[in-house]
Amino acid sequence: MKTNDLRLKLGRLKRAPENFVSAELATEVSTDGVTEARRGFLRNSFLAAMAAGAGTASTLAFAQGSTGDPTILDKQVWQTTLGQPVAVRPYGVPSKYEANLQRRESPGLTRVSAASVSFAPLQGLFGIITPNGLHFERHHQGWVDIDPAKHRLMLNGMVKQEMVFTMEDLMRLPSVSRIHFIECGANTGMEWGNVAVPTVQYTHGMLSCCEFTGVPLSILLDMAGADIKKGKYILAEGGDGSGMTRTISMEMALDDVLVVWGMNGEMLRPENGYPLRLVVPGVQGVSSVKWLRRIEVGDMPYATKDEAVHYMDLMPDGIHRQYTSIQECKSVITTPSGGQQLLETGFYNISGMAWSGRGKVKRVDVSVDGGRNWREARMETPVLTKAITRFNIDWVWDGKPAILQSRVTDETGHVQPSYRMLREVRGTRSIYHNNAIQSWKVDTNGEVSNVQVG
Amino acid sequence: MYKLAKTLTGIVALTLLGGLANAQDTKKFPGIGRAATPAEVAAWDIDVRPDFKGLPKGSGTAEQGQELWEAKCASCHGVFGESNEVFTPIVGGTTAKDIKTGRVASLTDPNQPQRSTLMRLSTLSSLYDYVYRAMPWNAPRTLSADETYALVAYMLSLAEIVPEDFTLSHENVREIQALLPNRNGTTTEHGMWTVSGKPDVQGNPCMTNCPTDGKITSLLPDFARNAHENITEQNRMFGPFRGADTTKPALKKLPGAGFVAPVAATSATATAAATVAPGANAATLQTLFQKHNCTACHAPAAKGVGPSIAEIAKKYKEQDVVAKLATKVKVGGAGVWGAIPMPPHAQMSDADITNLVKWMLAGS
Repeated sequence: MKTNDLRLKLGRLKRAPENFVSAELATEVSTDGVTEARRGFLRNSFLAAMAAGAGTASTLAFAQGSTGDPTILDKQVWQTTLGQPVAVRPYGVPSKYEANLQRRESPGLTRVSAASVSFAPLQGLFGIITPNGLHFERHHQGWVDIDPAKHRLMLNGMVKQEMVFTMEDLMRLPSVSRIHFIECGANTGMEWGNVAVPTVQYTHGMLSCCEFTGVPLSILLDMAGADIKKGKYILAEGGDGSGMTRTISMEMALDDVLVVWGMNGEMLRPENGYPLRLVVPGVQGVSSVKWLRRIEVGDMPYATKDEAVHYMDLMPDGIHRQYTSIQECKSVITTPSGGQQLLETGFYNISGMAWSGRGKVKRVDVSVDGGRNWREARMETPVLTKAITRFNIDWVWDGKPAILQSRVTDETGHVQPSYRMLREVRGTRSIYHNNAIQSWKVDTNGEVSNVQVG
Repeated sequence: MYKLAKTLTGIVALTLLGGLANAQDTKKFPGIGRAATPAEVAAWDIDVRPDFKGLPKGSGTAEQGQELWEAKCASCHGVFGESNEVFTPIVGGTTAKDIKTGRVASLTDPNQPQRSTLMRLSTLSSLYDYVYRAMPWNAPRTLSADETYALVAYMLSLAEIVPEDFTLSHENVREIQALLPNRNGTTTEHGMWTVSGKPDVQGNPCMTNCPTDGKITSLLPDFARNAHENITEQNRMFGPFRGADTTKPALKKLPGAGFVAPVAATSATATAAATVAPGANAATLQTLFQKHNCTACHAPAAKGVGPSIAEIAKKYKEQDVVAKLATKVKVGGAGVWGAIPMPPHAQMSDADITNLVKWMLAGS
């Protein structure tokens, strides 16, 4: 049969038609027998299976003399059966068809999963908000689920009154809700020297953006009577085993730093610091200390382990830049992106994310020829400070090889650099703060891959 | 660590008068927050600054440190702090000359395979603070101040910064700070400390005929195609952007509209089915094994820091050792498989331990 030849040509396994029937349906059929509705669904499944084998489902169905698309002509099981009642899932979960979009570890990146990273599947996200279950994770000593009744926040050091707050105390204070990105300082760190990972999940997935609800840290510092003249720094400390500690300048602490309990309308997830975390907008994620238990006001930086051994940027002359904090402007195309497969030529909406730790995104340009020519992309609303901005641009693909890039300019006028520009100054071994322009190659077979261009 | 004598006296007075009285400076928000007691501040304020403010008094010898190290640290960091098995090495890459100059020369060598902790460390306080607050990894905050001094002394002796019989104490930390190989190796002269900082690299806003040769300088080699597992299963199964099937070579040509990836129809149901499959129990135990970080030392077949599951299953074949091994997991053990001890796992439930031991004995 011709179909078989095509299957071989396309290099795909020949499958028994049963594999195209969902597990539930197979179970229903074997226990309750074939009802009329199920018979219809089975028939469709077989049709789809056969058509899929030939490569083009709809065209083949028509070619075989059908009067139209069977998914329209035949009644579907979800149209002819009673749906499920409310609250079957008291806490809702995504459709089973979305199961592929998950946080994932990058194989071989770390040896122990309790001191590791799981990356957010940016290739499947829309808009600017990261769903809570898909927010990237970075733990230094595993995650804990703290009893909020036993959680306290202490303010001490150069303050008039050293204070203790319970969750009740904090949640009584005037709260604000703000949308900010959190990006790990090491995001895209594996790509400094060369291409190392295949997809945007692994190149850029230590990035998330949520609406955070909490109280401005400035209110708490004011309540404790912080000496904001001599106390030029604060130390934020976590309440978990790692006791994560980070120095934050008083200038930032009084500006827009939040003590947060809410995340996208619900309480923080344990993996993200439940019940209390710091959010330091625009600064590398490690400063947004999770499971926050203490703020100390002091007159010098603290040089904690994650400021004196890690999270320092190694320069070519062997000097480490210490206290590199700001996540400079950066953007990436999320669809189409590395590892994806385009099916045909024609119109596509190129879509991506842009952000800056210094403020708002001013514009985003997109190139489809490896950086030779650029067009300005549409920025979708809202465009918020230190938050992800979604951009889109029309593209008609002619089937020829293309190299897609995006380039952001932020409101300070800072333009996202190319790899060549970045490496000329910082070399290839700094691990942190790689904000280079990302390139995705679209091949003639429709496969998209991660490349770097000269 | 910052204590103001005045504040302390104030708090003591407050505490004496009214127990946990409300703070005086909360006029704007009456009833919210209270004064911290001195004991509370002392319990939590454990940080040590570069000027050693906050450093507890005490001392420890490198010899004492070695003993502690082999019992509590070597399983992850190696006997000489050189291991790259679980974490990056602590010791290595520093020289006697570096101790003189305060700059680690190997940091400029692109061929230096690893950057050890002591190659990077510029402040001794950071090392003390971190060990005291967060080590051992699976039992943080169980070391005394003296034990911490001893462990820091041992690490410094491994890097030959101090002699093997050295005693480190709060009285000589400043002298040792002055010997750290990379003490002059950091800078804050950069634009990334503050929002108003000046970027060191500025991109080119050019729009047409821009200066680029567009040549590809780096891409993933073919052998790495499936290194992150099948990308098809990491993308939505419908819509314009599917994932490429990386278990197979790239398609020869565009697949065309209506393309259904071979795994598409089964993938969605695979996860649902996995929960009821007969192998589910093994899968749960595998997850448990990872959850408790056993994988850090024990691989399925290859010898790692500890013996492999296969080795354990072989050694104890047809022996009734479940209770014996469960105890070893709970309280730790040493000597059976070599010098590196198995750390205790007090945080694991007995049921989890027993199930995992049985699972390992069955060859997983």
